Parts: sequence; C-alpha cells; structure tokens
Amino acid sequence: MTGTIVLESLQNVKPVQSIGPLGIRFFTFASSPDELILDSGEKLGPITLAFETYGKLNAQRTNAILVLHALSGDAHAAGFYSGDDKSGWWDEMIGPGKAFDTDKYFVICSNVLGGCKGSTGPSSINPATKWPYGLDFPTITIKDMVKAQKHLIDHLGIEKLLCVVGGSMGGMQALQWAALYPKMVHSVIPIATTLKHSPQQIAFNEVGRQAIMSDPDWKGGNYYGGTPPSKGLAVAQMIGHITYMSDSSMSEKFGRRIKDGRIQSRFEAEFEVERYLHYHGDNFVKRFDANSYLYITKALDYFDLSNGKTLLEVFKGIRANFLIMAFKSDWLYPTYQSKEILKICKLAGIEATYCEINSTYGHDAFLLEIEEETHLVRHFLKKVFNGYAVAASDNG
Amino acid sequence: MDSKFSLNRTRRKRIGRISTDLERKPLRPDYSIIHDWIKNDSSVLDLGCHEGELLSLIVKKKNARAQGIEIDEKAIYKCVELGLSVSHQDIDNGLSEYGDESFDYVILNQSIQQVKKPDVVLKESLRVGKEVVVGFPNFAHYSSRFQIFFRGKTPVTSSLPYEWYETPNLHFLSISDFRDYCRKQNIRIRRMAFFSNDGMIVMTNIRANLLAQNGLFLISK
Repeated sequence: MTGTIVLESLQNVKPVQSIGPLGIRFFTFASSPDELILDSGEKLGPITLAFETYGKLNAQRTNAILVLHALSGDAHAAGFYSGDDKSGWWDEMIGPGKAFDTDKYFVICSNVLGGCKGSTGPSSINPATKWPYGLDFPTITIKDMVKAQKHLIDHLGIEKLLCVVGGSMGGMQALQWAALYPKMVHSVIPIATTLKHSPQQIAFNEVGRQAIMSDPDWKGGNYYGGTPPSKGLAVAQMIGHITYMSDSSMSEKFGRRIKDGRIQSRFEAEFEVERYLHYHGDNFVKRFDANSYLYITKALDYFDLSNGKTLLEVFKGIRANFLIMAFKSDWLYPTYQSKEILKICKLAGIEATYCEINSTYGHDAFLLEIEEETHLVRHFLKKVFNGYAVAASDNG
Repeated sequence: MDSKFSLNRTRRKRIGRISTDLERKPLRPDYSIIHDWIKNDSSVLDLGCHEGELLSLIVKKKNARAQGIEIDEKAIYKCVELGLSVSHQDIDNGLSEYGDESFDYVILNQSIQQVKKPDVVLKESLRVGKEVVVGFPNFAHYSSRFQIFFRGKTPVTSSLPYEWYETPNLHFLSISDFRDYCRKQNIRIRRMAFFSNDGMIVMTNIRANLLAQNGLFLISK
C-alpha cells in the first residue's frame, strides 16, 4: 500500500525541461596582499572561481542554494551550453520544476579551488613565473575550497544560504560549510559522504595518484606545454570508476559480454567492462588535468571534519536542518559513514532526516537515483524554506 | 484544547468518531488517545512511526517538536512529504545516540511486539524519554483465547491479522503481561486505555485483558 502512494506521488512529478543556454562566470579575489591563507599555512592569490547560477535570487535573499560538486565535477551543474548537447552533471535535479526548482530557488555551483575547469588550480598560470603552477601549487584541503566559496557567496551578497548540498566530495564540502560558517547555513544535504576519509578510501586514491606519477609524461608535474600523463590519468580514472559502481550494477550493465563473442586478442580490451573503462578513461583525460586529480584526491584524503576537536564540539554551534542520504550498495562511501553523520546530529540535538536508498548502483547512485532524491529534496526544501521565511520575518 | 478530548470526556461509544473535527476522516482510536495524552509544545520521538500520520497530527495540533524512526524506506518518503524529520533505522539500534531524557515523550505504538529485544528497547525508551507511550495488540483478548482453546490454532484476529508464517510480530503479549512487567521493573503506569479496533472503549480495568483488543499505556521510571 505504501508503495503505491510513493509511486503516485513520484509520478505526479511533471516532465520538465532543462535550463536554456547559459554561461559560466568568473570571480577573482585574494589578490596581493590579501592572499587566502590555506590550511597548510601557505598563501595563495589571486584566486579565480568559475561559477554558474540558475534561477533568481529573491529580494529577501533567502532562496540561495549552493550545490557542491564531486571529484571530477565542475561549475556546469545544469542546463546546456549553446552548441553543446551534453547537459550539466546534475541537470536532472536542477531546473524549472525539478528537485532544486529554479522557479523558486537561486542555485549556485562553483568549480572547486584546485580544479581545472575555470577555477584556480595547478594548471593555472602562476603570476610569479607566468607559467602553470604545477607542483608549485600549494596543498589544498576541503576547508580551503569552502573558504574560497565563502568569498564568492559574500560577493553575491548572500548572508545565509537556504541550503548547501552535495554528493561524495560535495557532501564533505557541505558538512565543512555547516561546521565553518554555521550562521550562514540554514540546511544541509550531505549525500553518500563521510565525516572523514577512511583508510580504504585513501588507499584507492593513492593507487590513482601512483598511476599518474608513474607515467613518464608526468615529469614531476611539469608537463604543461608538452604531452600530459594521459595514460596514468586514464588508469586513475578507471580505478575510480570501479569504486563508483557495484558488483551487481557491473553485472547488470556488462555481464561477461565479450567483443565478437569469442577469444581472440592478446590483452586488448575485449570484455565489455574493459572497453567501457577504457572509453571513459580516455574521455576523462581530454577534460581533466592530472595534477588537479592529485591535489583534489589529496584534499579528500586529508578530510576529517573533527580536525582535532571532538565532533560534538564541531556540531554544537550548528542549527541547520539536515537531510542525509546514503545508498545501500555504495561500498566506497558505505552507509555506516552516513549513519555517523546522523548519530552526531542526534547527539548535538540537530533536526535530521536520514534515508538509506535501496539502490544497486553503488556510489554512482547519487547521480542516478533521481526519482527518490527528487522526492526527498523537494519536500525537505519546502519545509526548510518555510522555516527560513518564518525566521526571517521574525527577525524584522 | 487537549483536555476537551481527554479520556474522561470520551466515555462514549466510539472515540474514533469524537475527534472527527481534528481531521476529516475518523481518527484511529489509538491516535486519538495518544493525541490526548501528549501535552502542548512537547518533544516527541516516535519509534516505528510508519508513514508519520500520528506524528504529523501531534506536530500540527500540539505544536510538538517531533522525530521519527522507521525501518521501511517507502514510509520514509511519506514522512518527508509530511515535513517530518525521520531516521531510516532499526529501533533496536537507533536509540543509543540520544541523551537521557532528551524527549518529553517516546512513543512505541504497535511496534514493541515487532522489535528483537523489547526489554532493551523499553529501558532505552525510558532513559531517552521522560514518559513513554506503549501500545500493543492484546494477545489475551477473548477472540484469541477462543481460537487457541477451541480450534487449537494460532489466533488471527483484527488486531493480530497475520498468519504465523507472515507475521511481523516477534513477541506476543497481553495487557496482564505488560502490567506484570511494569510491576517487576518498578515502572510507573501513569495512564491506561483499553479499546477495540473500532474504537469501543473497555471501561473496566479488571476485565480489560479479556475484553480489549488493544492496550495503551503511559509509563515512566
């Protein structure tokens, strides 16, 4: 009986279109002598963040939602660029009538610090040398990414975000936002994420980094102007891709299907799963910088929200409402890690909703289980937006 | 507002119908009684909150700060639709995080017979809540007794509607069992209500174990 109710309400979701052609924008700050002081103690500046926005900021500035991307994501979260047939990475969730309804909310997404899609990262020009930073780029953390985003949000004139949301690394940023700027965050949606990177997660990242660094084209990170370490980066992406899927999603997608249905070649990609990994690895190197991969995976590995304090101390000041989502078959960010977030919310007296979605897609589910996520996000946002409107009118 | 629907005033035939002004459809009798018991502006944790019907009623009518715990994923979607905060968890494991007396009320309505360790869950509920509402189907109702005694079969009744091979109920208890348990554990029974599934109230405490299909208790340490 409950099933039909849920299905009906999911079916009520109207077919919706994507946002029309839109553009990427850039914001530059932290010019000398006001460089950003990083977690490592090093200074970095000037910093440019690439960002996109969708929808309109209301007059009270209470409808802003910051969407935070995962390892290989970018600022292009929704819609299509003119002449491009590929939509943004979370287009199914962001747009008119969608979960993050751009008719109601103002959605912001920026490329992370250290990235390679318009924001300052190791492939950006170092003003001191007029040549890409390479390994001269300082070590960055999730906290540094969030500190940089704070400058962008200030620049956009937003005092308090209605919601910070993201999956995987995006979820870590969302949690870091709530911990670092509790007064600026009204609600948090961490999806398939963790309070700290586990040894297993670090281990997979290290294999990826070693693949890049053992590629002779990597040249200590100074490959700009020459051949990039494409083979190493492709292998790193292949490892990553395996961890994003599940045993059953791979079986379902590829089975044991083999090219031409017979044994033939010597170690060419024959199995469908091999061909898929090669295809995605080769595509990834066209759009991603190997050094960014090194820096960002390291930022992930450093991530530990407690940062020397107890988690209760970290969460004590947070008043935001939480919607925590995890996926049963996710073995890279297992559900116990999301339950830890729920646990600390309960201990800190934070209102939290937790849903463990019965998906077989593994970690990738956060980009694929659109129906369930839409249902949860839509109603959660409605609730917190009402709460925000009441609080705002109470204050004046 | 709560006193208007209190048990004293509901000494009529069907409590389900008395509260029709609360919602358009008649309320489930247990919801109506629990609603009457909960004080305004209190904090409530509902263990096994299903689709959140009771919780959302208490939030709306009693201005309660509410949290639910529910194991069924589909029910979670329904709760979120109603604007409730709910954890997709097992009651057997979901309580240790809460501090002592972090809620005014913990509700265990029609769920205590389905948990693995009722004793642990009850004790945890009494730790986490100042008061605990416990509601369960009465296994000693005369219709059950009749089926066991004369037909020699595991009872299937309107309050215990499952065959033995498909029941979610792991434990079977009677109103007398629960009162014994409270006496042995030094648990205070603050209020009691006994009723049939269609909302008929059983007035007498003495014969409730025979005549009531359901028991509802408000207990504290």
